[in-house]
Amino acid sequence: MRILNRVHELNTVDMTKTIKLVLTTLLMTILIMSCSNDDDNNTNDDNNTQNQIDFSGTFAQQDQMGRPAVNTVFVSSSSKDMFNITIPSQQNAAFQTMFQTNLEALSPAFANPGDTNALGLDSATFTGLLATDVLNVSLDGTTTFFDGTNVLTGRALADDVITVELLLIFGGEDFSENPGLSNDNVDANDKPFLTSFPYLAAPW
Amino acid sequence: MKNNKLILGIAALALVGFFMISADHIDAPAVQGGSSDITDFYAFQGENTNNMVFVANVQGLLSPSATATATFDENVLIEFNIDTTGDNVEDFVIQAIPRDGKMYFFGPTVPTATGLNSAIETMATQSVVDITNYGSSANVATNAGMSFFAGPRDDPFFFDFAQYSAIIGGTATSFNNPGSDTFAGSNVMSVVVEVPKSMIGASGTINTWVESKRKQ
Repeated sequence: MRILNRVHELNTVDMTKTIKLVLTTLLMTILIMSCSNDDDNNTNDDNNTQNQIDFSGTFAQQDQMGRPAVNTVFVSSSSKDMFNITIPSQQNAAFQTMFQTNLEALSPAFANPGDTNALGLDSATFTGLLATDVLNVSLDGTTTFFDGTNVLTGRALADDVITVELLLIFGGEDFSENPGLSNDNVDANDKPFLTSFPYLAAPW
Repeated sequence: MKNNKLILGIAALALVGFFMISADHIDAPAVQGGSSDITDFYAFQGENTNNMVFVANVQGLLSPSATATATFDENVLIEFNIDTTGDNVEDFVIQAIPRDGKMYFFGPTVPTATGLNSAIETMATQSVVDITNYGSSANVATNAGMSFFAGPRDDPFFFDFAQYSAIIGGTATSFNNPGSDTFAGSNVMSVVVEVPKSMIGASGTINTWVESKRKQ
């Protein structure tokens, strides 16, 4: 790059001369730039390399996810793309009514006044929670979707989130209702997770 | 709850597209099957309990042969969003963007702007890890107390989607016991980052979600 700067200085000095010289200088610049990757004895090489990486531009949202299966379960087909590009702070206003309608279609008992799931949430309050699709995570201890004691304090790899959601949708006030629909009886992953980073199992 | 309307409920399942495929795999027309399709999101306390781990998986249902040629898209930014104040607006972001076989990370940092459009926060703490190749042991990088991974992993999601489909299709009335994991043997492209809790609010409850954003 230092050579390149000198070329530019020469270029400035000679700029009033001939077009031919300018073109020659441009050609030299191109050649020098093309050789810059060989400049490995520069102690700042890593910084130079990273400075050359293009991180520019605007990145526009296409998909988002907080809790598992929310978009697939509760959002009507024609609105799924819109849900993915509605920021969480605006999701409740835009989608809670749709969620409640779809929940009551899925599990009609929720349409009965006073009917709740095992968390004590009725149709309106349950969908009011879910419509804002963020994962609530505790920084103070156990992190789990639901472990029998802790509720919505994170999502661990081994959490059986589908069964939890089936239970909350179909299981009634005490998880005893609709047993054939409230558990898919797949309770664990097909590979054991790691106890250390990166935690996920190696690929098949 | 009572069972008297259960048949109606099952019929409605098909209408709503209940659990269409899984956690978030192929959740919407604009992203399904593409490089920006998020399949899953996890947030949990690390092995070091002073740390929080965030996992974003994209490009689900990869067979082993498809995994061997799968890559992250250099035009797709993966952004972890963290709200520490309870208003569901991000106070911190952690960004991940691939370039030439490496995954670059920026943050956690206060974003220049919140919402649907992002710029890469190049003034934030920058970290990098070599993207792990299929068949190689996991490359892990550390920087500023954080750990980083990017590459193919077994899909950690599990669900008897086949039996669910049978219920929806009217050829079954309940799940089997034991069930069968439809996602067994399939892979995803994973981004895993572990950060000290002190960087993202230290204590209390955070609200967090992951976004994929495509360069315009």
